[in-house]
Amino acid sequence: MSASRVDGVLVTLIAGAAILWFAPAGMGRYGTYVLSLWLVTAVAVMGLNLTLGIAGLKSLAQAAFMGIGAYATALLTTKAGVGWFSAFAISGALCFAAGLLLGFPALRVKAHYLAFVTLAFSTLVWLVLRNEQWLTGGVFGISNIPRPVVFGVRTDNALPFHRFVVAVTLILALILWWLVRSPWGRAFLALRENPVRAASLGVNIRAYTLLAFAIGSAYAGFAGALYAPLVEFIDPSPFQLSASFFLLLMVVAGGSGYQLGPFVGALLGVVLPEWLRFTGGLYLIIFAAIVIGLLIACPQGVLGLIERGWTAIRRRPMVGNTPVKDAV
Amino acid sequence: MATVLEVEGVRKHFGGIAAVDGVSFTVEEGEILGIIGPNGCGKSTLFNCILGQLLPTAGRVKLDGADVTGLNPEDMNRRGVSRTFQLLQVFPELSVRENLILAGQEHQGTMLGRLFGPRDAGLTAAADRMIGFFKLQHLADARAGGLSYGQQKLLDAAMAFMAGPRLVLLDEPAGGVNLTMLGDLKERLKAMNAEAGATFVVIEHNMDFVMSLCTRVLVMAEGKVLAVGTPAEIRANPAVIDAYLGH
Ligand SMILES: Nc1ncnc2c1ncn2[C@@H]1O[C@H](COP(=O)(O)OP(=O)(O)O)[C@@H](O)[C@H]1O
Ligand SMILES: [Mg+2]
Repeated sequence: MSASRVDGVLVTLIAGAAILWFAPAGMGRYGTYVLSLWLVTAVAVMGLNLTLGIAGLKSLAQAAFMGIGAYATALLTTKAGVGWFSAFAISGALCFAAGLLLGFPALRVKAHYLAFVTLAFSTLVWLVLRNEQWLTGGVFGISNIPRPVVFGVRTDNALPFHRFVVAVTLILALILWWLVRSPWGRAFLALRENPVRAASLGVNIRAYTLLAFAIGSAYAGFAGALYAPLVEFIDPSPFQLSASFFLLLMVVAGGSGYQLGPFVGALLGVVLPEWLRFTGGLYLIIFAAIVIGLLIACPQGVLGLIERGWTAIRRRPMVGNTPVKDAV
Repeated sequence: MATVLEVEGVRKHFGGIAAVDGVSFTVEEGEILGIIGPNGCGKSTLFNCILGQLLPTAGRVKLDGADVTGLNPEDMNRRGVSRTFQLLQVFPELSVRENLILAGQEHQGTMLGRLFGPRDAGLTAAADRMIGFFKLQHLADARAGGLSYGQQKLLDAAMAFMAGPRLVLLDEPAGGVNLTMLGDLKERLKAMNAEAGATFVVIEHNMDFVMSLCTRVLVMAEGKVLAVGTPAEIRANPAVIDAYLGH
C-alpha cells in the first residue's frame, strides 16, 4: 500500500461526499431514498470489509448486527425518548460488546469457528426479533421511527436526511481509513496474511482478532442506527441470514480489503437491483449472474479489476527486481 | 556468562514417532550456537517446542532460569526472543518497510497507546536503518511478495532483528541466499552479537557459514543430541563424521 494510493482514497471519499451532497437534485423522493440506502448499506459493508477483507475473519452475522442497531435505535427513539445521536452511539456500543462476547469463546478455539458461531447468532437474533413481540413488535415491526434533529434542523424530508446520511457516512469512512493506516490496521492485515508469523513477532493475535470483529460489528450497528430512521418502519425480514450473505457478497464484489470496495459493492447490491426492477422476478437471478461473472473475471472484485487495468497502463520494465518465487 | 536458555529433556511425539527425543542443552549469553543435522532429524520441531509454536510432549524450557514451557509465541517474543522459520514468512502484500515496522511495533507502549499515541515513535527510522544494512534501499517501498527469494529471506531475518531481541533463533537463514547476501547476513549477526550482546541459535546446512560464524555447534541425529563442541571439535568428532559430515 503506497502512500499515494491511500491519499487517493481520502481524496475520493471527500470528493464523493461533496458530489453526493448535491446529487439528489431533481432525483425525487425515491431516487434520493435509494442513494441514502446505498450509503447506509455501504457502512455495514465497510465494517464487514474490516472483519473479512482486512483481518480475514469470516462473520455471517453482519445483517443481524445491523438488526440489533436498527431495533435498538428504533426502540430508544420511539419508546424511551432518547435522542438519535445517543441511540446511534448505544447501537454501536451494543454491537461492539456483542461482538466481544461472541468472538471471545469462538476465537479461543480457532478463527474459522467464528463462521459457525455467527451463523447460529444470526438465527438467534432473527428469532428474537420475530418472536419477542412485547419488545420488537414481532412481524408487525416498529413504525413511526423519527428522523434526527441536527443542530436544531429537522431532517424529516428526504433531502436533508440524505445529506445527514452523507455526513455520517463520511465520518465513519474517515475513521476507518485512519484505523486501517494505524498500527492496528497493520496488525489486522498481518492477521489475515500470516497469523503464525505475526504471533512470532509479538502481535497479540487474540486481542487483535477480537477487536477487528467487534469494530466491524459496531459498524453494522451504526448502519442499523441510520437504517431505522431512513425507512421509518422496520420488521425482522431485512436482518435475516440471507441478508448477511448478501453483505458478504458485496464485500467480495466491490473488492475485498480495498477501502473503497464497500461503496462499489453496496452500489452493485442496492442500486443494480433497482435498475433491474423492470425485469420483474428475474432481477435477483440476473444480479447473481452478474456478480458470479464478475468474480470469475476478477476474484479481487471491481476495485481489483480497476487496479489491474491501472498497473497495466502504467507498467514500466522493472529493473534489478525479478520476482523469483512467491512467499510460501 | 549467564545462561540465557536451558532446554531440559525436551521430547515431541507425532503419533508414534518421536521427532525430538529427549534433547538437552544450554545457551550462554553472547554466544552463537549452531545446530546441524540431517533433514528430518527434528531441528525445526525443536525450535517450535522452545518458542511455543508446539507444546512439547515432555521436558522443560527455561529462559533466564524461569520456566517458559508452553508459553505462547507472542509472550516468548515479548520476552525478547525472536525467530525465523525455515519456510519464508514475510507479509507479501505489505511493503518491505511496512514488514519491518510491523515487526517492531508491538514492542512499544500499550495497545491503546499504539492507536492514539504518536504514530511512528522511531519505527520508520529503525526500519530504514535495517533496510540500509541489508542494502534493500531501492526496494523499501516495494511489495515484499515481489522480491527475489534471497531478498525475502534477508527481509525475514531482518524482521526478527527489529525489536532488538536478546535471543534469536534462525531456522536455515542461508538457504537460497546468494553469497553476497550471505555475507551481509553474517556481518549483521556478528555486529548484533558484538554491539548489543545478542545471542543466536542458528540451524544451518551451509557448513562454511556455520563453522565460520558459530562459537559452538550442536549436532542432532534422529531426534537426539549426537555431539556438542567448538567447530574444530565437531569437525574432528568420529561419530559426527560418520553420521553427518561423511555424506
Ligand atoms: N506437524 C507435524 N506432524 C507430524 N510430523 C511432523 C510434524 N512436524 C515435523 N514432523 C516430522 O518430524 C520429523 C522432524 O522434522 P523437522 O523438525 O522438520 O526436521 P528438520 O528441521 O531437522 O529437518 C520429521 O520426520 C517430520 O516429518
Ligand atoms: Mg527444518
